[in-house]
Amino acid sequence: MKNLPWTSLFIIITMLFMAVFAPVISPHSPIDQTLADKLIPPVWEEGGNAKYLLGTDVFGRDVLSRLFYGARVSMIVSALTLLVGGGVGLVIGIVSGYVGGRLDNLLMRIVDAALAFPAILFALLLAVTMGQGLRTIVIAISLLLWARFARVVRGEVLAVKQRDFVSLARVHGCSPVRIMVTHILPNVMNTFMVLLTLYVGVVIVAEASLSFLGAGIPPPTPSWGLMVAEGRGKVASAWWISLIPGIAITLVVLAFNLFGDWLRDRLDPKLRQL
Amino acid sequence: MRRYILRRFLQGLVLLVLVATIVFFLGRLTGNPADLMLPEDALEEDRVALIETLGLDGPLHKQFGIFLANALRGDLGDSIRHREPAVDVFFSRLPNTLKIVPGTMALALILAIPLGILSALYRGRMIDRVSGAIGVLGIATPNFWLGILLIYVFSVQLGWLPSARMGGPQHYILPTITLGTFLVAGFMRLIRSSMLEVLDSEFVKLARIKGLSETIVVWKHCLRNALIPVLSLWGVLMGGLVTGAIVTETVFAWPGIGRLTYEAVIFRDYPLLQAVIIMDAVLIVIINLVVDILYAYVDPRIRLAE
Amino acid sequence: MTGDTVLDVRDLHTHFFLRRGVVKVVDGVSFSLRRGEVLGLVGESGCGKSVTALSLLRLLPQPAARTVQGKVLLDGEDLLTKSDREMRQIRGSKIAMILQDPQTSLNPVFTIGDQLRESIAKLHPGQDDTVMRRVIEALRKVKLAAPEQRIDQYPHQMSGGMKQRVVGAIAISREPRVLIADEPTTALDVTIQLQYLKLLQELQQNSDMAILFITHDFGIVAKMCDRVSVMYAGRIVESGPVRQVFDNPRHPYTQALIASVPKMRRQAGRLPTIEGQPPAFSDLPRGCRFAPRCPLADDRCRTTYPRSYAVGSEHTADCWKVGAAVL
Repeated sequence: MKNLPWTSLFIIITMLFMAVFAPVISPHSPIDQTLADKLIPPVWEEGGNAKYLLGTDVFGRDVLSRLFYGARVSMIVSALTLLVGGGVGLVIGIVSGYVGGRLDNLLMRIVDAALAFPAILFALLLAVTMGQGLRTIVIAISLLLWARFARVVRGEVLAVKQRDFVSLARVHGCSPVRIMVTHILPNVMNTFMVLLTLYVGVVIVAEASLSFLGAGIPPPTPSWGLMVAEGRGKVASAWWISLIPGIAITLVVLAFNLFGDWLRDRLDPKLRQL
Repeated sequence: MRRYILRRFLQGLVLLVLVATIVFFLGRLTGNPADLMLPEDALEEDRVALIETLGLDGPLHKQFGIFLANALRGDLGDSIRHREPAVDVFFSRLPNTLKIVPGTMALALILAIPLGILSALYRGRMIDRVSGAIGVLGIATPNFWLGILLIYVFSVQLGWLPSARMGGPQHYILPTITLGTFLVAGFMRLIRSSMLEVLDSEFVKLARIKGLSETIVVWKHCLRNALIPVLSLWGVLMGGLVTGAIVTETVFAWPGIGRLTYEAVIFRDYPLLQAVIIMDAVLIVIINLVVDILYAYVDPRIRLAE
Repeated sequence: MTGDTVLDVRDLHTHFFLRRGVVKVVDGVSFSLRRGEVLGLVGESGCGKSVTALSLLRLLPQPAARTVQGKVLLDGEDLLTKSDREMRQIRGSKIAMILQDPQTSLNPVFTIGDQLRESIAKLHPGQDDTVMRRVIEALRKVKLAAPEQRIDQYPHQMSGGMKQRVVGAIAISREPRVLIADEPTTALDVTIQLQYLKLLQELQQNSDMAILFITHDFGIVAKMCDRVSVMYAGRIVESGPVRQVFDNPRHPYTQALIASVPKMRRQAGRLPTIEGQPPAFSDLPRGCRFAPRCPLADDRCRTTYPRSYAVGSEHTADCWKVGAAVL
């Protein structure tokens, strides 16, 4: 395990720890408002209070606790969207690449169209028509992901398809479905894993951006993007409300991107163009 | 060439129809779209009148026909908040976006192209490391947060620059940096990696064997080839640009179409959002067509393909 | 050396400095080229032939590779001591090269006329008409049909054979003293290979250009070359006039290479192959590099690199067994 990106791993593990143990380690409720304690600065600033290490927001909610629960939201959204969007992309990529011909042509045209149109606009539209919520946001971000996954996986399948064991399986009369599951799938798993890691950062930024724009996780559930939005009007007097969750987003996205780069170089250097 | 452009044009039309279809059916997903299209305090008779003009009581395909016919005439409904045709609202805001986005884009390219080339040429050296760090950070920092950070530092703490709205030249600085950082980072990484590939190619080796100077090898033989992947990934970059414009205009209260999109979401102004999305799609199709023509100009394999 | 010598390479060492260590890809290579002569440099792929060629032009992959020792004398002047600027003036005008794959060696976004013009314009700066005439002349020399129309075409509009002719035209356009041809026909269709070899021969006979012909194919060596040097794992193991080496190969590796060339006259039987793999550059044997695959190898072969023995006029072989036979 030489050259492991230790800093990135440390940040990722810390984030996972925060997400999993948020109820245990949070000193306060992330939602209950204590208006008497509103706008208290972090402990190291003048007027800080040891009760609220990172200060409180306009409603007197503890920023630290909201940060922990926000990690949870980011992780849940990431896991669900990568499962749905990545999974759909994986299946479509395998089928399109393996079956080929007209189906491939059609599917890739749809992928092109999906890539040509900014997914955020559909996400906003969904939020207005379906209403805000976890379901909407998972669908919206999955729409952004599937086409990217499908295109890369398909390219990989085209290469794997040429290899001897696939022809051999075909000669032996294996059904297409069986070949796709037992021969193609395991060989594109490396690529898929690299894609998953590289896109965690994209999903976190997308969720935060949507929440910031009022089309993501509805308040009062803490999401990092929402926290930045809530503190936006108060940067002059209470910088910590929006700058602290922003730092968290950047650090975590940076960690996942660097870790993804490392994983890609180890498992699948061909993907460097991504 | 003519066939290539025609094909691209048709693809653009298909995309427009697709977007219009999705917008139409999403509106019908949650019951009667009339409820989405009218203010909450609308009178029952207004509701009935709207249902009648849009044929919302008729069969779905008929409704779709009316919707498309109206759209082709440039009628995408009235904005709830502005109480005027949504398309008019869009066009009243468009100039403000055009004041900032194209300039930022050009600036980003002017910065990113030399930086990407230099990092590829001096791979692993100081300049590569510095611009690599800027690239990684620029991609990881969401622009809504970068915008607020810049406001905090330059407006609140230092008091050098205005934090919001349009105005003199100094009003352009922070939004440009906010929108541009992400673009510079993205372009730079793309140009660096495609440049590295080109530098490693046989035709560059042959150019050097001919005894050409490094200046000609890099700026003539490499650059045009390195731009090909950038142009072919344009569509994906557009997504980032639109997102960036919405977020940046929102943070800086810049009254362009990005901010308008945000307002449509916040005020649940469905007809306006619908119009903005369809008009965005039209703009994107036009821009992509221009890029496709540029692409063909750069790559003769496309231009001369039969 | 005689006054006819154009290129004299002496004890060339080119190393790759990689993260896992230094790799000696060219490890003490010497050869010389006379005016109007074709020297074959043969060996299996990965033996260091192409790196040798790029070392001569000083176009090694940067920053990994560096020539650390040796001399490359072109008309008596050492290229390894020239400045970058001087070197650029030498490339293309005194020493030129044809690359292996015509599909990738021309720039896809410029016309072939443009790519040829770049080279010729250096001879006639500012004289566009002369340059134009010379461009067409050069294309005619490589027997490209209708050159006036071809100059406005892009590489993708031509076949592989035509592209390789263009690359040839670029190479000879400034009448170089030395032409390096690095497997110029390997990527071409079999039917076109012969035509191209004939073309190269003709071009050479009409000038006094010397050719360094790099190939893995002893059959082509027999057809094209006057002399041959056999390279194995970064070293030249045998060299001499083609006829002598062919009729009387002395190094076991040369013998094996020649035995694996199919002969037309004989009944096609099973071709002999050389057992085993060439050694990895990062893990070279201490003694003779061929020892692990050599049927004759003994303890001395495995521990000490053999010295060079003269086995005929201008014919040498680096092999202890040859030495035992000669003495």
